[in-house]
Amino acid sequence: MEFDFADQQPKLLMLMYGLIAFVVVVGGLLLLLDVVPAQFARRREAQLVAASVGGGPLPRRRKQREGLFAFFFLLPTLLLLTIGLVVPAIRTVLLSLMDGSSTNWVGLRNYGWMFSEDSIVRVLINTLIWVLLVPLVATTFGLIYAVLVDKVRFEAVAKSLVFLPMAISFVGASIIWKFVYAFRGVGDQIGLLNQIVVSLGGEPKQWLLNSPLNTLLLIVIMVWIQAGFAMVILSAAIKAIPGDIVEAARLDGVSPWQMFWRITMPSIRPALIVVVVTISIATLKVFDIVRTATNGNYDTSVIATDMYNQAFRYGQSGRGSALAVFLFILVIPIVIYQVRNLRQQREG
Amino acid sequence: MTTATPTVAAGTQKTGGTPSTAAGRVRKRLNSRTATLVSIVIAVVWTIPTFGLFVSSLRPEDEIKTTGWWTAFTNPQFTLENYQQVLFGQSSSSGQLAGYFINSLAITIPSVLFPIAFACLAAYALAWINFRGRDWLYIAIFALQIVPLQMALVPLLRFFSTGVSVGGITLMPAWDLVDEQKFAQVWFAHTCFALPFAVFLLHNFISQLPGDLMEAARVDGATHPKIFRTIVLPLITPALAAIGIFQFLWVWNDLLVALIFAGGSDETAPLTVRLAEMAGTRGNEWQRLTAGAFVSIVVPLIVFLSLQRFFVRGLLAGSVKG
Repeated sequence: MEFDFADQQPKLLMLMYGLIAFVVVVGGLLLLLDVVPAQFARRREAQLVAASVGGGPLPRRRKQREGLFAFFFLLPTLLLLTIGLVVPAIRTVLLSLMDGSSTNWVGLRNYGWMFSEDSIVRVLINTLIWVLLVPLVATTFGLIYAVLVDKVRFEAVAKSLVFLPMAISFVGASIIWKFVYAFRGVGDQIGLLNQIVVSLGGEPKQWLLNSPLNTLLLIVIMVWIQAGFAMVILSAAIKAIPGDIVEAARLDGVSPWQMFWRITMPSIRPALIVVVVTISIATLKVFDIVRTATNGNYDTSVIATDMYNQAFRYGQSGRGSALAVFLFILVIPIVIYQVRNLRQQREG
Repeated sequence: MTTATPTVAAGTQKTGGTPSTAAGRVRKRLNSRTATLVSIVIAVVWTIPTFGLFVSSLRPEDEIKTTGWWTAFTNPQFTLENYQQVLFGQSSSSGQLAGYFINSLAITIPSVLFPIAFACLAAYALAWINFRGRDWLYIAIFALQIVPLQMALVPLLRFFSTGVSVGGITLMPAWDLVDEQKFAQVWFAHTCFALPFAVFLLHNFISQLPGDLMEAARVDGATHPKIFRTIVLPLITPALAAIGIFQFLWVWNDLLVALIFAGGSDETAPLTVRLAEMAGTRGNEWQRLTAGAFVSIVVPLIVFLSLQRFFVRGLLAGSVKG
């Protein structure tokens, strides 16, 4: 019984097709961009010649050509965004007003179902707990660690270790932590958490089966991943604080505590906001952790996992879409806030 | 003394390093000792779960299932059997991860290349070509990166499975993909979902290139495509590396998109889908889960550790400025 490499050949062939498609599409586009302006230049030259011979007014087409270039540069992106995001998003809104098989209009019944069904209310509450706790804990920890690790020896190594979970998939992280939470009814414990509990004289527990503690334990996984992100961004912000400000404060004899609240915090406020916003969005959409660790059982489900279950497992695309739309409504304030920020920056 | 010191680190070390009294000096050293110690302890604690998984993946099955991984240090017994089983074993329970590993590769490579190429072009146009509505277009694309991709999943899957028809006229037939052909729809989905962030990040880099350079090239008669190929592309390679790492990690580690567009079959499903399934159905087969998880982690870890510099730079450009 050996691994048969021949079975894998169709996949590699498909991968090759994909790469050929990439070369053809991108190469073709670049070629097109080279050919089209050359054509235009030639035509314009002909027009110029004709105009100078005939003594007529010189044609002015500069503006139009810019627009044409922009169109070709943007074509693939706009096409894909329209097909892949904008149109589907509009259709999801419509689907959320239809029944499970998407044949009859049911008005807002799917939304009514969301707030009346106990299990879904539980899902909404869980999501709320996630969104409140993860950004708060991860950012706080990241900030403390960034301040603590600033300029100590082995700073780079220590930061790398905390940052490392960012590279691990949510699925991998969930397995890592499921192993930490593992439980054995008899004999030695194999999970670290239960081992610690036992050595402190407690009883081992099936951690992931008990609500609401299990949701908190899943949140630990997310914090474990996101704290490194917060730490890296905030650490960079701290290092960017101008040295003369820090020194002036030192000469005035401020305590480290005052230094942190009066100098550090105001200076890194923009970075802090970015971190909180980014982690909040990621948390709102969290799916992989819950699905891998508990599959949404034992009262741990969140909006994204339930959306998947409704739409793709139970065939209730109306309800699934309603949950997706609800998720979207939750991020709208963030979208508005970010767009306003961006416009201010671009004007300033 | 040091208002002219260029870097923060140098400036504060000079001033902080010489407290006036002996007691102050001792306290200072003690503080930094404590800080060093605490930060190392935290870093170690942060690594223990991953380390435990790694140690376990190298232990024999009976040992993993009956004793904690920390006992491996007093009673060392190591084997590569788990990896052999989980990668190449042919029984349906063993994982067969080698095939899924190839699936992950086949999904990831095109899903990284396509969006970066398209986003590069778009970012250049949004930064350096003047046309009406440019700012609005950029803001719209920027806003799209916050829209949850859950909003697109159901209709996009139907787009692939039933095609597009308006008023009975078929504009696009169903793709009807089977087996490994399904990779194409995963690539398509990943490319669409990646574009807003990729355009945003690359725009941040490209718009900061010196305008004089562009102007000089234009005066010399270079067209936009020429400027893009000969001036912009060589200058933004670090940005391309950054977005490449991001997109690689995102696609390789993704579960949701793969679950929906690749399905669960061994023809197309990537490692993450297989592992999530194993964690669900064989949650106590730790000898396979630990080795399997490590197989899926190892590639992103290598990429991450070797290219961390670019990754951090991209992270900073993508978040702080935005």
